[in-house]
Amino acid sequence: MAEIIVVTSGKGGVGKTTSSAAIATGLAQRGKKTVVIDFDVGLRNLDLIMGVERRVVFDIVNVISGEARLNQALIKDKRVDTLSILPASQTRDKDALTKEGVGKIIDELSKDHDFIVCDSPAGIEKGALLALYFADQAIIVTNPEVSSVRDSDRILGVLQSKSKRAEEKRDPVREHLLVTRYDPARVERGEMLKLEDIREILAIPLLGVIPESESVLKASNTGNPVIMDQESAAGQAYKDAVGRFLGDKIEHRFLEPAKKGLFSRLFGGRAA
Amino acid sequence: MSWLADLFKSRKPEPPTASNAKERLQIVLAHERIGRTREDFLPKLQMEIVAVVARYVAIDPGRVNVSLDRGGDMSTLAIEIDLPGPPATANRRAAAG
Ligand SMILES: Nc1ncnc2c1ncn2[C@@H]1O[C@H](COP(=O)(O)OP(=O)(O)OP(=O)(O)O)[C@@H](O)[C@H]1O
Ligand SMILES: [Mg+2]
Repeated sequence: MAEIIVVTSGKGGVGKTTSSAAIATGLAQRGKKTVVIDFDVGLRNLDLIMGVERRVVFDIVNVISGEARLNQALIKDKRVDTLSILPASQTRDKDALTKEGVGKIIDELSKDHDFIVCDSPAGIEKGALLALYFADQAIIVTNPEVSSVRDSDRILGVLQSKSKRAEEKRDPVREHLLVTRYDPARVERGEMLKLEDIREILAIPLLGVIPESESVLKASNTGNPVIMDQESAAGQAYKDAVGRFLGDKIEHRFLEPAKKGLFSRLFGGRAA
Repeated sequence: MSWLADLFKSRKPEPPTASNAKERLQIVLAHERIGRTREDFLPKLQMEIVAVVARYVAIDPGRVNVSLDRGGDMSTLAIEIDLPGPPATANRRAAAG
């Protein structure tokens, strides 16, 4: 039986797809058989971030409608052999997803995977509801910014009332906070909500803090999940988060501004 | 010269805004968490109040204003109903029904 993990946020553009790709890759690198599913039907992007866009033949909607078998639609990652990707459809809309259809796919994937990572679309409409419905665990991606924190709180309410676990009155979905695009220098200047404030307000266990980092854009340019770039702070922070998810005790890093020398101050050194 | 000036110019001391963000979030979320389990009750409240008032006074349902100000320790709910002058009573009663 697989653990089903939803990566969700309510608000758009906070780093769900970046995080889904990194965490799924990280779990697979640790030897866990992992599949990552793109639920953003109509706005598929996970394929690009994972670098498999040229290998997409069938997608989740084709599987639900019976036009393709599940193993025809699954794309095996060429870098990590325990990882595969189930892309979303680019042409259909979210109504093409049904609870029964998604349920069947998840049941089938559950048989031979350790983790199923669901990359949720933004919002609290159908696509997002389906992405979280089957979840055992939820990673709440939050930026240090008022609207993102509010939407995270909102999506926590949805998890507690509309997930399958909630409906069946089983143990609740396990919640994890993942703060992304954290900029310690701006926090220090009082321009950005600090980690402690976000933790106090949302009051769920902290999985990790991913710093704002230029390497994320570089990674998406080349189609390599940023966790594969272990030179970068963001890549290291994602690796730590995956470790914690699997139960390792790892201290949080990248919470203080990087010490800048005079040289980098003069010539505009940037965070890696 | 200007790059030198930029380099050594002391940062204008702007008041930090992050603490505003925290305070505002705490207030709005305290309210949203209470309302979460129930449907938004304001539209219903407005309809019911208008119905009760209309039983006693002829009113124009379009001229009812409900506003809410959510504060940290006190919230105010203001309901403003325009009472029409006597001549229009008959018409308005029809409209309110
Ligand atoms: N730690 C980071 N540092 C810098 N940029 C980041 C970071 N995380 C994400 N981004 C950038 O933020 C943008 C949005 O990221 P992403 O697509 O992962 O968000 P999303 O939540 O999946 O968006 P959507 O709601 O549209 O699905 C991208 O341009 C990405 O490169
Ligand atoms: Mg996305």
